[in-house]
Amino acid sequence: MNLFEHIGRYILMLKSVFARPDKGRVFWERFFNETVEIVINSIPLIAFLSFFMGGVITIQTASNMSSPLLPDYTIGYITRQSTILEFSPTIISLIIAGKVGSNIASEIGTMKVTEQIDALEIMGVNSIGYLMLPKILSTTLFFPFVIIISIVLSLIGGWFAGVTSGLYSTEIYLLGIRAFWEEDQNDLYYALGKTMVFGFLITSIASYYGYYTKGGALEVGRASTKAVVASSVAILLANYILTQLILI
Amino acid sequence: MIEVKNINKSFGDTQILFDVSAKFETGKVNLIIGGSGQGKSVLTKCIVGLHEVDTGHVVYDDRDFSEMERKDRKLIRQEIGMLFQGSALFDSLTVLENVMFPLKMFTKMSREEREERAHFCLNRVDIINKDNLLPAEASGGMQKRIAIARAIAMNPKYLFCDEPNSGLDPKTSIMIDNLIQEITYEYNMTTVVITHDMNSVLEIGDHIIFINKGRNWWQGNKESIMKTDNKEVVDFVYASKFMRNLREKFVNS
Ligand SMILES: Nc1ncnc2c1ncn2[C@@H]1O[C@H](COP(=O)(O)OP(=O)(O)OP(=O)(O)O)[C@@H](O)[C@H]1O
Ligand SMILES: [Mg+2]
Repeated sequence: MNLFEHIGRYILMLKSVFARPDKGRVFWERFFNETVEIVINSIPLIAFLSFFMGGVITIQTASNMSSPLLPDYTIGYITRQSTILEFSPTIISLIIAGKVGSNIASEIGTMKVTEQIDALEIMGVNSIGYLMLPKILSTTLFFPFVIIISIVLSLIGGWFAGVTSGLYSTEIYLLGIRAFWEEDQNDLYYALGKTMVFGFLITSIASYYGYYTKGGALEVGRASTKAVVASSVAILLANYILTQLILI
Repeated sequence: MIEVKNINKSFGDTQILFDVSAKFETGKVNLIIGGSGQGKSVLTKCIVGLHEVDTGHVVYDDRDFSEMERKDRKLIRQEIGMLFQGSALFDSLTVLENVMFPLKMFTKMSREEREERAHFCLNRVDIINKDNLLPAEASGGMQKRIAIARAIAMNPKYLFCDEPNSGLDPKTSIMIDNLIQEITYEYNMTTVVITHDMNSVLEIGDHIIFINKGRNWWQGNKESIMKTDNKEVVDFVYASKFMRNLREKFVNS
């Protein structure tokens, strides 16, 4: 299959995803479970990564800015801006694509090759909607909250790294974090909007690769690799396009 | 009764089914037999609508399934139970949840009613006190029986079984066969069983269809299959020496 056939089939699949659920109560139950499974369970890893990422950003920014012309609070300011604009939304989404994407593709892929999806269809369940809608909706709605957590922890990580290594004082760092916030707060909304798009792409693309798996365990493994690669590429492309559209 | 009328089915350039017609009667165990790769599974998947037929019709008690929209098919599907070759139990759900699943999706029963019905079906297949087991923790034979319980949960009018006793020991196989036969008679279902197993053919075959090269090559029942001299059927059924001896005794007596 070429790229266009994949895209066509993906779009047709999305049409079934957004069909009315067979049973509302079952949908909400699955929505809740998937939110715990995908979103809540990702928080520890993301918290850990964000804290250290923030530390590295600040230290590198500080070590690259020895010019006396720049005020000290620039470090905090740059840390905040790069965290909000790119590091948290994009890098964390790529990591989620690796963790969550492979998980979803192999879960759905296994169901496919063991005929569990056929079993759903035989009963009269819309298998695409049943399996995918709760996942896609919960990531699209809740990943922005995860990213807020990531941003906060990244900034704390930056503070911790700078203060413990004596690069700046807490006051100076906080001054930088607060600087120009009035003008820049739209960047936060931009970041959160971006994350919604990324969350949607990750789960829908991973579901797609899982659902159209054919064969056996080997193919399930391949599908999950393809899902991670394709969703990462999609994130980077979408990031480029959204940045062009919104920031310029 | 399920009627299959002149089904043709191809995948790409290779045609798998050629003008297959057949009737599966109510209250009987209908068998589809034939060698590996001859199109038995494809035929069954065409009948239940997991594959679309190229031409031809599948008619469930005077209702033409092939012509229906998705939402009308859904209603017929709720009358179908299917046992898959690999059981196809939902591996994230417990045994009890698996059996309750169709009830939860398609009935207005309360939780207590669903549990009661699920326990009834599980008892019917002799699975007792295994509610909270996960499918992966059950043995192959148990998985098959749980899958039968799930298939009959909605009181289906039509039951399909794809190789219900592959990979099971002879004793468990016969137990599963007898179970399928009993529930078919008990609930007056139209049952279609795909099998390779000659034991089952002679044990439960009320009506037998032999698929060869994608065609309905021969049909009959467990008595006539012993006497036929259709070459392909004979080659298939009497592949083993034991079966040939059996045939001789049967024909001579
Ligand atoms: N989805 C598919 N796409 C392409 N070809 C298929 C597909 N499903 C089955 N076939 C082909 O159709 C033919 C018949 O397959 P089928 O699974 O019906 O055999 P079978 O009679 O059930 O055999 P077995 O007893 O081994 O299960 C095979 O040659 C198979 O390769
Ligand atoms: Mg088969």
